[in-house]
Amino acid sequence: MTRRRVVVTGLGATTPLGGDVATTWAGLLAGTSGVSTLTHEWAQTLPVTIAASVAVDPSEVMERVEMRRLDRSEQFALIASREAWKDAGSPDVDKERLGVVIASGIGGVITMLDQYDILKNKGARFVSPHTVPMLMPNGPAANVGLELGARAGVHTPVSACASGAEAIGYAMEMIRSNRAEIIMSGGVEAAVHALPMAGFAAMKALSTRNGEPNRASRPYDRDRDGFVLGEGGAMLVLEEFEHAKARGAHIYAEISGQGLTSDGYHIAAPDPDGSGVQRAIAFALRDADLTTRDIVHLNAHATSTPVGDVAEANALRLALGADADQVAVSATKSMTGHLLGGAGAIESVFIVKALQERLAPPTINIENIDSAVTINVVKDKPRALPSGDIAALNDSFGFGGHNVVLAFRSY
Amino acid sequence: MALTQAEVLIGIKEIVEEVAGIPADTIEMDKNFTDDLDVDSLSMVEVVVAAEERFGVKIPDDQVSELATVGDAVNFIVKVSA
Repeated sequence: MTRRRVVVTGLGATTPLGGDVATTWAGLLAGTSGVSTLTHEWAQTLPVTIAASVAVDPSEVMERVEMRRLDRSEQFALIASREAWKDAGSPDVDKERLGVVIASGIGGVITMLDQYDILKNKGARFVSPHTVPMLMPNGPAANVGLELGARAGVHTPVSACASGAEAIGYAMEMIRSNRAEIIMSGGVEAAVHALPMAGFAAMKALSTRNGEPNRASRPYDRDRDGFVLGEGGAMLVLEEFEHAKARGAHIYAEISGQGLTSDGYHIAAPDPDGSGVQRAIAFALRDADLTTRDIVHLNAHATSTPVGDVAEANALRLALGADADQVAVSATKSMTGHLLGGAGAIESVFIVKALQERLAPPTINIENIDSAVTINVVKDKPRALPSGDIAALNDSFGFGGHNVVLAFRSY
Repeated sequence: MALTQAEVLIGIKEIVEEVAGIPADTIEMDKNFTDDLDVDSLSMVEVVVAAEERFGVKIPDDQVSELATVGDAVNFIVKVSA
């Protein structure tokens, strides 16, 4: 029996660059930074006062009563999945063959902190009865599953900043293994709040370039000093190829493989050896039946941390060998900031758009490229990708030593 | 001081509008919380806590399941405020 193929038939997003995919993609190609100064009172005493907040607040597109029962991460999930489902043609499908796989890195942390304040200040009686469904990490997936009536399974892989990519890979496997025909997959994060920011700042993981928010996220630049926390979410509708063809769906691209490994090295630091990343790339290529020669574009994890960017770049060079020279590498976190559990999802949306439009998005803020970076980075302006059958990779890594690489092909 | 039925009804209407998004002017004494007003068991907890705070009364947990309609809640609050 030949393996079931999986294609992308719908996209949705709400990001620091825009409230939908079209606006986000246009902002990305234009090299726009989504980072700004936080005006919240709680931010003023933190060592980091910048973040990439969503361009369109959920309150602009969602009813108040619906919002108050949903954590901000769940709001992002519903907003992005509504766009993606509509983009897929709002298909009338067998609900028992419809699944949802949506990740979050942290879960409903804003709800948890806000309700803890209520508990301390007013007492247990005043804690919202919606607290637990709002703070649970599977809340975004569960709410989207309820809205769509999905009955093939609703899942939430959690692997820190690799979560979004892992969710998409899990969804691909659900279709391949014949558990479902169509899946809403993606990732979300809503952690722009004092405690997560203070925690990341304590690790010295965040950029402190508070005076220049637009220039703070600068992957591969010599003077990068950490990532900028972003928020938002992105969704891809994955569908079995014959199912998509039979209903005349618009097919953006094919998702053709994944590679997953773990470092076994350190809870937060990347393995300087990069062997876990190299193995994940090799597995993804093999799973997708591709070789390094087929890869023309890669959306890097590249968060703008001093150690992480070089470790990844070295691993990419080793994994792709001489063929790395013809791979257009984009570090889109230079514009979106780091969406944590949403990162692998929004970057997969960017890969799909890049394959469709034959255009690799730029990396901004590289004034002096780090001499240790020997890969072919797309700087400042988008770069045209070749015609014909092309393929691209999306790599994502998470605290804990998780490595996830997804392979996509043009359609 | 005992509350009047009219003033409690006004308060309950505002609370249900806040919690469930049902316009206050469509909420009547005979409306069922679950069937008519989209107030599920979780949201009912919010209505009860908001009503306790607003009217300075205590609504014991074992009473909440007895409050099927807006009228049930209004009459209970009027009774215990006396």
